[in-house]
Amino acid sequence: MSISTIKNQSSLLGRIHSFESFGTLDGPGLRFVVFLEGCPLRCLYCHNVDMLDMKNYKEMTPQELLKIVLPYKPYFNSAKGGVTVSGGDPIMQPRFVVEFFKLCQKNKIHTTIDTSCFTTNKEHLEQLLPVTDLWMISLKHFDDKKHRALTGVTNAPILENIHYLSKRKARLWFRYLILPGWTDTWSNLRALCAFLRTVDFELIELLPYHTHGRFKWDKLGLPYKLNGIKPPTLNSCHKIKEMLKKEGYKVILNE
Amino acid sequence: MSAKPKSPPKSRPAHQPTSLPKAYQSFKPGHWLNTINVHDFIQKNYTPYKGNESFLVGPTRRTQKIWKIVKKLLKKEFKKGGVLSIDTKTPSTITSHKPGYLNKKYESIVGLQTDYPLLRAIKPKGGIRLVKKACESYGYKLDPKVWELYNEQIKTHNDAVFDVYLNWDQLFTPEKNTLFRKKGIITGLPDNYGRGRIIGDYRRVALYGIDRLIEEKKLELNRVCDYMNEVNIRLREEAMQQLIALKDLKTMAASYGLDISQPAQDTKEAIQWLYFGYLGAVKEQDGAAMSFGRIDAFIDVYVERDLKKGIYDESEIQQFVDDFVIKLRLVRHLRPPEYNELFAGDPTWVTCALGGMGKDKRPLVTKTTFRFLHTLENLGPAPEPNLTILWSQNLPEAFKNYACQVSVKSSSLQFENDELMRPYHGDDYGIACCVSAMTIGKQMQFFGARCNLPKVLLLALNEGRDEIDDELVVEGVPKLRYNKVLDYKEVRGEFFKLMDWLCKKYVETMNIIHYCHDHYDYEAEQMALHDLLVHRFMAFGIAGISIVIDSLSAIKYAKVYPIRNKKGVAKKFKIIGEYPAFGNDDDRVDKIGVEVIQKFMKTLQKYPTYRGAEHTVSLLTITANVVYGRHTGATPDGRVAGEPFAPGANPMHNRDKSGALASLNSVAKLKYEYCRDGISNTFSITPSSLGKTEEQRTGNLRGMLDGYFQKGGHHLNVNVLYRETLQDAMKHPEKYPQLTIRVSGYAVHFIKLTKEQQEEVISRTFHKDF
Repeated sequence: MSISTIKNQSSLLGRIHSFESFGTLDGPGLRFVVFLEGCPLRCLYCHNVDMLDMKNYKEMTPQELLKIVLPYKPYFNSAKGGVTVSGGDPIMQPRFVVEFFKLCQKNKIHTTIDTSCFTTNKEHLEQLLPVTDLWMISLKHFDDKKHRALTGVTNAPILENIHYLSKRKARLWFRYLILPGWTDTWSNLRALCAFLRTVDFELIELLPYHTHGRFKWDKLGLPYKLNGIKPPTLNSCHKIKEMLKKEGYKVILNE
Repeated sequence: MSAKPKSPPKSRPAHQPTSLPKAYQSFKPGHWLNTINVHDFIQKNYTPYKGNESFLVGPTRRTQKIWKIVKKLLKKEFKKGGVLSIDTKTPSTITSHKPGYLNKKYESIVGLQTDYPLLRAIKPKGGIRLVKKACESYGYKLDPKVWELYNEQIKTHNDAVFDVYLNWDQLFTPEKNTLFRKKGIITGLPDNYGRGRIIGDYRRVALYGIDRLIEEKKLELNRVCDYMNEVNIRLREEAMQQLIALKDLKTMAASYGLDISQPAQDTKEAIQWLYFGYLGAVKEQDGAAMSFGRIDAFIDVYVERDLKKGIYDESEIQQFVDDFVIKLRLVRHLRPPEYNELFAGDPTWVTCALGGMGKDKRPLVTKTTFRFLHTLENLGPAPEPNLTILWSQNLPEAFKNYACQVSVKSSSLQFENDELMRPYHGDDYGIACCVSAMTIGKQMQFFGARCNLPKVLLLALNEGRDEIDDELVVEGVPKLRYNKVLDYKEVRGEFFKLMDWLCKKYVETMNIIHYCHDHYDYEAEQMALHDLLVHRFMAFGIAGISIVIDSLSAIKYAKVYPIRNKKGVAKKFKIIGEYPAFGNDDDRVDKIGVEVIQKFMKTLQKYPTYRGAEHTVSLLTITANVVYGRHTGATPDGRVAGEPFAPGANPMHNRDKSGALASLNSVAKLKYEYCRDGISNTFSITPSSLGKTEEQRTGNLRGMLDGYFQKGGHHLNVNVLYRETLQDAMKHPEKYPQLTIRVSGYAVHFIKLTKEQQEEVISRTFHKDF
């Protein structure tokens, strides 16, 4: 972890990239989505690549953030929604998220974290557990080599953490990106099923790969390595959905 | 049972069921029997419904046949450039035309404005010149006899207003003697056409029958007019016109073979009677908005009784509602093409308020509320009638869900905050036009279109000169001391001073117009369906509020340099730095908006109104935001000259950067108490960003409405559409005959908008996922 993270944790300032007051994609109901800066992963397909670099952000305390969120409470209370912290990856700023979630819970606002769960610090998970109503975790790849190629990091701590959260009865949703040639292979899907059998979770959401975030790479002058990969066909997405449904899981295909 | 007619009504015990005439049998008695009181009748007799939509049925074959006929006619009308045909000979009155039918055999509810469907009538009392122009622009020639009659012998409302304008020197701008209204500072005023915005209590016709209404009107007249002073003489004269109108209404109904002198006996008659009441109004008047009021719970009382008695089944009831709604979709007025710039797409504002909550906390949602919404499914989407949901977070959940579901599917609904309006208007109010609440039968309004407030701000920056042609519009506006970089305090001060000049002119102009309208184009039929003593509102309007707010914010928080021409008129503005824009839930700027509307309201109130009307203000543009923009130079917020304004109270396009809810929260801060004539907000979103599944979309919309209205928002138009659909409809209009979208306060067939208006709608912020 970088020095700046440690410094910011001690002063408990969150590094916030941006907000979306009308989030309908990141968790149940209507949600206020807070995008935090910084991510331990470097996914080749990242669609928020502008949130990775550690410069473009505002700093604020959990209290200040709550003040921004509170005016939206009447909306998400009716639509059974709440707050989602996303990013980037909020797992990079665990203490800030914990403090912010505590305040949310005090104000009866539902909390969701959208994360890769890539951390080696169990303490962070331990602190997040009681204040997080819903965990949305992206599963990237089950072959560690491919995982490294795709995200730059190993999948070992991720899978371990998910098992840990499952044991601790955390409410879990998974997200799975369908990236043609990478994650839709027979062997990876088999590994996905095998893994899912070992955890307790509520649903899995399938996200077909898209290139909407591509322009951000160009804008930042970063090379986009997935050139030539086209979004999966609707048909192939439905096949994967059916396969998972047969396993008895609740599946949402995000068309 | 035979009631003894000899015994005087006073000695008869009021609540004796045995004495009820047949039309009222099995209704719960109450005050409504003794006096004209529809509200009491509804409250005593209606059945709130908390269930879901599963009881609804599809259209009957008869309805389908009629709708097929109508669709053909509508297609023909569109192909002919929007007007099917005009009766150029017969000035329209309640009894001017023979009965008209779509198909006598299949229609269950009858009545058309003229002898043939979609044949438009002329109503010259508002102004003969506009009628002539309208006829000519569609290739017709106004009958010379009519022209002669109204040009030389009968004085119209328009003649009267311009007689007064002509000798009112102040109305002229100093340099060129051009009318104040020609500068586009106040436009759309009803000085050459019918004012509209009056809602008759058409339910009275059904509940009481015409004879009783005539009798009660006479009694009321004698009660309120004791001394013959000017006020009472006028009232007496107006009442006499009302009585004639009521008699005419009876004659009109008789031409269809129906006798409305007595109360309606069942559902079919109730709908027919109240439709006749409305039909009389739209034959007599062609005011901008001819709204219907609030009829769902009223009709439902008859429906429940008939269903219980087994007189009709659900399918027949839905057929009556469907056929009735078809009739409302056929209402037409004759308008000149320029009118289309302000009120695009040929709207008639047959606004029907649905749902809402009662003062006693019972929902006013009935099964018939569902039946009205269901017409959008049975007949497909349509802009008229302008279905308006009176929303409260306390409405039954099943109804909220159904309303949201229909809204997502049709983009034909608007939602208004019942919790805000009920304290002012009680629980029997309707909506006139788009957002104007009025207690039915007890309140009316003097419609006043709107003023271009950004232009007034520019006058303050330019020593009173018009920013486009440099002409001096108002004298005595000083040169700014801080002329290089605009100073917030100074600009605000000068702007507020000019607001006083504007408000005085505005009230005076309105007084002239409505004095003349009352005298030369009085709405006798609609006013006959009001109490004799009514409360009057005088409704003023603001266009371009978000531009004024952002301009002041830019001057306050950034550095704004005017770039002036030789005459000192700012033609452009250079903005250095950033400023918080309206629509991001940022108090720094939103507070400016609150201050401006409060100041506007308070300034208006300084100037007394005709007939003691209560001042109200609306933030509503209809579709005039495009034409207002075209005639307004560059503004200090960075808007370039000619760029359209945002509609209603909407934040400017693409300046709301913090998502849809932040934008809603900003608008919700504009206080209803200063804008009692309504605060219009139009919200467009793509289906996929509203939610992944139909269920989620419905749930999220419900949450959005609950949230917005709890935050104090007043009105929301909801469009759930893909931008691509609209773009395709521009290219292939024939593929989208029923594509309906909400614009400021009403809905239109998208294909009936001009190209410029279509482009403006498409460019407007579509809230999309990130």
